[in-house]
Amino acid sequence: MATGEDKPRVGVDDWVASVQDRREQRSGLAGLARRVDDVVPAWARLALFAVVAASLPLWMDRGDLFAYGIFTLVYVLLGLGLNVVVGYAGLLDLGYVALFGFGAYSYALLSSEHYGIHWPSAVSIPLVVVATALLGLLLGLPSRRLLGDYLAIVTLFFGQAFVVFVNAANPTVRGKGLTGGPNGIADIDPNDLFGYELTTRRQQYWFILAIVLLVLVGLHFLSESRTGRAWRALREDPLAAEAMSMPVNRLKLKAFALGAGIAGLTGCVFAAVLTAVTSGNFALPILITIYAIVVLGGIGSLTGVVVGAIVINVSFQFLAPENPQNNARILFYLVIVLLLMLSMRPLWRLAVVLAGTVAFGLAAHVLAEAISPSWTAGAVVEGGRFAGLISDWVIIPSGHDRFANGAYIALIVAILAVTRIRGVWRTLSLVPTVYLAAVVWETSFVEQPAVARWILFGALLVFLMTVRPQGLLGTPRVEIV
Amino acid sequence: MHLPLAFNAELFIQLLVNGITLGSLYALIALGYSMVYGILKLLNFAHGDVYMIGAFTGYGVLTLLGGPLSPSIAIAPLIVLMFLAAMVAAGLLGVVIERFAYRPLRESPRIAPLISALGVSFFLQNSALLLFGAQFRSYDSFVLGSKNPEFFEPGPLTDALFVVKNVNVQLIQVIVLSTTVALMVALTALIAKTAIGKAMRATSYDREAAAMMGIDTDRVIATTFFIGSVLAGAAGVMFGLLFSQVFHFMGFLAGLKGFTAAVVGGIGSIPGAMLGGLLVGLAESMAGGYLGGRWSDLTVFGILILVLLVRPSGLLGTRAIHKV
Repeated sequence: MATGEDKPRVGVDDWVASVQDRREQRSGLAGLARRVDDVVPAWARLALFAVVAASLPLWMDRGDLFAYGIFTLVYVLLGLGLNVVVGYAGLLDLGYVALFGFGAYSYALLSSEHYGIHWPSAVSIPLVVVATALLGLLLGLPSRRLLGDYLAIVTLFFGQAFVVFVNAANPTVRGKGLTGGPNGIADIDPNDLFGYELTTRRQQYWFILAIVLLVLVGLHFLSESRTGRAWRALREDPLAAEAMSMPVNRLKLKAFALGAGIAGLTGCVFAAVLTAVTSGNFALPILITIYAIVVLGGIGSLTGVVVGAIVINVSFQFLAPENPQNNARILFYLVIVLLLMLSMRPLWRLAVVLAGTVAFGLAAHVLAEAISPSWTAGAVVEGGRFAGLISDWVIIPSGHDRFANGAYIALIVAILAVTRIRGVWRTLSLVPTVYLAAVVWETSFVEQPAVARWILFGALLVFLMTVRPQGLLGTPRVEIV
Repeated sequence: MHLPLAFNAELFIQLLVNGITLGSLYALIALGYSMVYGILKLLNFAHGDVYMIGAFTGYGVLTLLGGPLSPSIAIAPLIVLMFLAAMVAAGLLGVVIERFAYRPLRESPRIAPLISALGVSFFLQNSALLLFGAQFRSYDSFVLGSKNPEFFEPGPLTDALFVVKNVNVQLIQVIVLSTTVALMVALTALIAKTAIGKAMRATSYDREAAAMMGIDTDRVIATTFFIGSVLAGAAGVMFGLLFSQVFHFMGFLAGLKGFTAAVVGGIGSIPGAMLGGLLVGLAESMAGGYLGGRWSDLTVFGILILVLLVRPSGLLGTRAIHKV
């Protein structure tokens, strides 16, 4: 809007152009995030990320650095690659995770004990990246003839076929299974910098961070370039783009190949860090996670991908079964309060709901105990400091499988109902819903955090798509019919 | 790979029978995909999981009524009850999914409902994992209605109804096939003859024009989801009765196969879904029998990709005309 104030603006409708600003004004915290994103220049954001990320190994221990640092960076890379395909070019690629797997397996074959080949990274990584990009190109070829949905089908089947191929088909080459079947390939070499092997977690972390920063810078300039603008035009309206004599097919293939190349690169570092690859690492759940990252941060935004990857991976690790449950619990209650804060205006309503939930819980607990003491006799799982508080507030019956299942189904029904109710009744119905969420957490999610996280990720995708499809930092699309 | 030296008629007929039964199951799933795609141009990735919920509902009814070893009512009404419960539950689930995950996105860019569908599918799968656990649940249809289940004496369902060249055709296979045919005839009649069928056809031609003609398109779309999901629920119980095991992840692969069937036959076309289902079922059965089980899935996916490359609109699909 800054340029061309004095020139007559051709093809810009003032009302349409200002829709975006009006939307931002309305949308509280997310709007704030977006304004900050607009004000802070890209290089400053990159520098901030680089400094904070680079200092991580200085105060984190090895295990945490692996789980929080390295995994976040891997997810950032994966998100960036998918963002090129989905975010820039608007192609729904459901086989993306297979390209990641292809890269990892290729690296594993070129640098491991499996066949006794130990190529240096300087040779194997570029080779794998090019090979994966070519495979992506091959996979993208149908998109020239097949329209949007069919592309999703072909890629989805490619992804599934990859898992079946790696796991079950496992053809015999040179006397042993090519992919190692369900056992995968183990003893993979670490990455090396021209002969210097990166064996410690810190070295690996900084190596991946350098790659992430390079890719970020590259993609930033790319998205501002002619090709980047052409991709966005293609995403908004393929027909109009074609009418403007843009080479639509070539652009699609370019996006596919670039996204695949990044996935292949990620595969290389991922395999090297993990020192083993199995097909489970490249199946549907990971695809969902990558989509959640890109969608949460905002489709098409680089900062969004980084933010999304951090948020998703941290919650992912909090919900890992081997982590103390109390962290996950705190995160869960924080997210609930945060969601309420985002959606409830004015603030006294929020206060009413929170106070009401506490009171409701205490009353329900007293009532349940009065009916039968066994209804509240269940133990709090890893309560820590909060054990007493929780056991006085949440109904946890002893031997509660059935109760937990019932509560879970009731919670789904309650949430669906809340979305349909308006006004005061919604505020009122939120009270039992929030309490029910607490009950479900304490009776079933806390015992199966790994399942809970997939449930929450699935729900997150639906929630974001229906409530805020542009994510945190994506551009809200103004479609002119 | 082990190709038989001489043509073995028994093996071939066995595979044919298995393939047709399996194919009719896939065809039922494919119909749901096809109908929804025809009317909304939406790939409903959650459809396979609706099928899974149907299978679990059938299992729930079976367990409530005494379990497979000692059912408290006669076996024929028991099976009818299982089918009815699963169909109703799946149908309602389909309507709820449409209402909450797809309807708010009707005017959004195409990619939004697809991602939402992916989310629903994942949500349902893992909800089932949370509620029912990871272990396989068995319908035990082998001993269902048997006089001596504790000695694993086979029940009437796996009895041979008739024999072709030494190949037994089991009662359950006949039940599955005839139920499928009945449901398909009913569906065809519904779409061709009734008012709601006419409304469905009109909505799938042009939703806006249909709305202008006074058709409540939201209701028509909800009905489509209901019918498609009812068929998937029936398929779920059939799978349970045929293969005896249900688990939370069963919907994914079955969904993919049903989807393949819908696409191969021509997505949006109802006879195409039936034909595609049979083809996929036969291909899977034949590939499993002649090439070995590990190649059967890859064969099915290969057929899909081949059909998409050669004839993107499927065998019976009409070429999409792209209006500007």
